[in-house]
Amino acid sequence: MTALDSLTDTAMTATSLLRFATAGSVDDGKSTLVGRLLHDSKSVLADQLAAVQDASLRRGQEAPDLALLTDGLRAEREQGITIDVAYRYFATPRRRFVLADTPGHVQYTRNMVTGASTAELAVVLVDARNGVVEQTRRHAAVAALLRVPHVVLAVNKMDLVDYAEPVFAAIAQEFTAYAASLGIPDVTAIPVSALAGDNVVEPSAHMDWYGGPTVLEHLETVPVVDDPSHAPARFPVQYVIRPQTAELPDFRGYAGQIASGVLRVGQDVTVLPSGRTSTIAGIDVLGRGVDVAWAPQSVTVTLADDLDISRGDIVVPTEGAPAVTQDIEGTVCHVADRPLTVGQRVLLKHTTRTVKAVVKAVPSLLALDDLSLHADPGQLAANDIGRVVLRTAEPLALDAYADSRRTGSFLLIDPADGTTLTAGMAGEAFEGGRGGIGRCADR
Amino acid sequence: MSDDNPYALSHLDVLESEAVHIFREVAGEFERPVLLFSGGKDSIAMLHLALKAFAPAPLPFTLLHVDTGHNFPEVLEYRDRTVAAHGLRLHVASVQEFIDDGRLRERPDGTRNPLQTAPLLDAIERNRFDAVFGGGRRDEEKARAKERVFSLRDEFGGWDPRRQRPELWQLYNGRHAPGEHVRVFPLSNWTELDVWQYIAREKIELPEIYFAHEREVFQRNGMWLAPGDWGGPRDTEQVERRLVRYRTVGDMSCTGAVDSDAATVDTVIAEIAASRLTERGATRADDKLSEAAMEDRKREGYF
Repeated sequence: MTALDSLTDTAMTATSLLRFATAGSVDDGKSTLVGRLLHDSKSVLADQLAAVQDASLRRGQEAPDLALLTDGLRAEREQGITIDVAYRYFATPRRRFVLADTPGHVQYTRNMVTGASTAELAVVLVDARNGVVEQTRRHAAVAALLRVPHVVLAVNKMDLVDYAEPVFAAIAQEFTAYAASLGIPDVTAIPVSALAGDNVVEPSAHMDWYGGPTVLEHLETVPVVDDPSHAPARFPVQYVIRPQTAELPDFRGYAGQIASGVLRVGQDVTVLPSGRTSTIAGIDVLGRGVDVAWAPQSVTVTLADDLDISRGDIVVPTEGAPAVTQDIEGTVCHVADRPLTVGQRVLLKHTTRTVKAVVKAVPSLLALDDLSLHADPGQLAANDIGRVVLRTAEPLALDAYADSRRTGSFLLIDPADGTTLTAGMAGEAFEGGRGGIGRCADR
Repeated sequence: MSDDNPYALSHLDVLESEAVHIFREVAGEFERPVLLFSGGKDSIAMLHLALKAFAPAPLPFTLLHVDTGHNFPEVLEYRDRTVAAHGLRLHVASVQEFIDDGRLRERPDGTRNPLQTAPLLDAIERNRFDAVFGGGRRDEEKARAKERVFSLRDEFGGWDPRRQRPELWQLYNGRHAPGEHVRVFPLSNWTELDVWQYIAREKIELPEIYFAHEREVFQRNGMWLAPGDWGGPRDTEQVERRLVRYRTVGDMSCTGAVDSDAATVDTVIAEIAASRLTERGATRADDKLSEAAMEDRKREGYF
């Protein structure tokens, strides 16, 4: 296949979409890896490369600095650091990719949590010469905390350790064991040299002992869809569609994006928090009537009965409906500059519902490097991860984050100025209770 | 589809679902949203998504066109026909009016794209719009790559990239103080190719200037510009007839045509996929002003 054929294939074929995040510092070669992925998949176009070359030359660098592809802000270019998550897009004939490139140093936890929150896969980079270091453990912990389903360990700079298998094997083993203790279900370790291009897009000629996929091959083939039929259905109502036209005087459709599971026409459903019940009469997927729809489709649902339903309600199967609660315990990452304190009044946004809440307790602070817990910190500062106990003004149908990233997550918002304070995950922090204390209050 | 799974969705299905979710979040949480509609392909795709999001009800918000006064006639005709066909309400914020009454001055280089900010902010303030949908995509430009889906603007319409709210999961925080507003970008995660594939899949009609046609053009700064009332060509610039099409549609004074024989959506898609230039690099003079031209304009309140 010629390059042009493959590009045309990319253009013409419907493909799946993978969202993934990269974590690692500049020293690990993250920018080089990202640049290599973009460059070798032909996603960097001539004018972008020329702009990067010009900018690199002006700074006295001979080789184009591929970090400049993603460091788009003036302040980032001036200081030579990445400040904010950058989103990059590239495609191969097999798949479309959305890459959240998270910076290594400034506001590191906040940015990696943000990038990981929507990622289905996280690439953690280590330098083969240094192996698993404190930062690697922090990256793994964030990926585990955010329940990123797949983790890739890219052992980079293999060229600097003579492409030696034992070096790779020892690092891979140590990391995989650590990841398993955090409950990360799927780790794929790949020996690479981002600089030389080994095992990033093309298989390496220097590591015959490695029989696995390149980074890109793995990204192209890792399954992106969990079977939604295994998850309980959750349908948060975003908006009520009422045309009130001559043709449709009585139409009431509940518009929303299915957060998890499968909805079927004829299914008995309960509307939370009210507890009223009905049956699904019709499902419309953006102009197409269907019998079955699933996450993450945006749909409009009609019910057999005329109920009082509004934005913020959640439609769930009557069988296995979750309990509603006003007492929430969870792990949070504090993302605002001002601290979160006990007694603070906040707004809590969960799916499409925003309610008043108060911080009842901050029982512990979690140290990401060794996962040790520090009791009663009193408050959480920017980039702290800790446990919080909340009481809400109204009941919520909250799932454990371990069961559903979509219906187990919430934001705390400052009611005074709307600042996003805290990213929250209901229930235990890690699989098996490591790093967590106690359980989701409603379970 | 590469995933052997009955529940697999194509990338276009996923992007469409995400954009519709964003439209409905705004309709649910804001009082006076407005959709920026230029007649360009991104705003056309955005309007199509918005209509689908609220069907069978009419669109629960109005449209706003920031008119530079240097329009392609085909695009204005398309705009008015679309507004009429869907029974929409269109506001027009006019750069020409601002120049006529002295609130703005023509730039020495003749381009009016940077001048759009003042009429835009004036229309937002006068109509008390609290959410403004824009067709910006993160793949367009490096400052846009750092943009949020919900992007808070202060009372002066300004964007401060260092004070953006972290955006987690699909939980968009649209809270704002009186006088502030939020720019919303439903196409954030779309690429140029995705937009074209979506246009093909949904059989969306576009203004004909997106497809190859013969046109009188002249060369300036390495781009093919079309003569018009806006002031081109200068005496030294030679007009010739060429087969061209437009990859982006903006102010005539700074939007260049590309040589192309792509006359259908499918041939346009093949052409874009094989192109070695980004759409802005190929066709927008205003982004060539400096390395941070887009960031600077966005800080002032630009789209």
